[in-house]
Amino acid sequence: MSILDTGFSIHERALGLRAQRMELIAQNIANVDTPHFKARDLDFKAVLNDTQNSLTTTQSGHIKSAAAQGQGDLVYSIPFSTSLDGNTVELSVEQAKYGKAAAQYQATLRFIEGDISAVRKALRGD
Amino acid sequence: MSFNNIFGIAGSALNAQMVRMNSTASNMANAGTVASSADEAYKAKRPVFEALLNQEMTTQGAQFVGGVRVSGMADDSTPNRRILDPGNPKADKDGFVYESNVNEVTEMVEMMGSARSYQNNVEVVNTARELMMRTLDITKA
Repeated sequence: MSILDTGFSIHERALGLRAQRMELIAQNIANVDTPHFKARDLDFKAVLNDTQNSLTTTQSGHIKSAAAQGQGDLVYSIPFSTSLDGNTVELSVEQAKYGKAAAQYQATLRFIEGDISAVRKALRGD
Repeated sequence: MSFNNIFGIAGSALNAQMVRMNSTASNMANAGTVASSADEAYKAKRPVFEALLNQEMTTQGAQFVGGVRVSGMADDSTPNRRILDPGNPKADKDGFVYESNVNEVTEMVEMMGSARSYQNNVEVVNTARELMMRTLDITKA
């Protein structure tokens, strides 16, 4: 059934990426006091694009794209101000990012919930 | 699932910040100690943080990759102050004792910094836990 195969797929992938991004930001927050640590982030738009237009693999030996393997391209975030120990994590920025990412995750979750309840409604027929 | 990693990452940070807070407590406790030579005198201890970037660097599986660990303790290199106190039983033959090089103000700042970082990581865990619970609720949609 096509709606079950494809209906949630974009949100499903997005949910995985959102969770991955939250993990990255958690890493940045964890390493806020580590000298020479460079803050990283996920370029969500680029990765999602890549996921949608990724190469089709027809055999198990084929190498998937990084996005299809669930390892999106990471980018280094540029700090607003540099610090003496070479650490580029800015706690307030990361906190804001984490809050936003959590909200985006919930939004994606809502979309999936909506899809599921629509399918359920259709099946029930009431 | 990424959320399990978040718990591991934030947990490693909580652990590292707790070590930092413990070393601050140790430094504060030893702030007033004296010794009979500069080598014996107490040196303020500081943890050295290191990011866990490779899987090889972890001992308990992949869930801490990206977290932080304490790679060692470093002594503060500030020279120990020498004060004349001939009546002190610890005094050397010239009547000098060597104070610990702990700076209380620095330690207070360290303690506040580690407490804030600890709180931040607790918040990270709370948010991740909440989202995980909401994801489990998806079956009720």
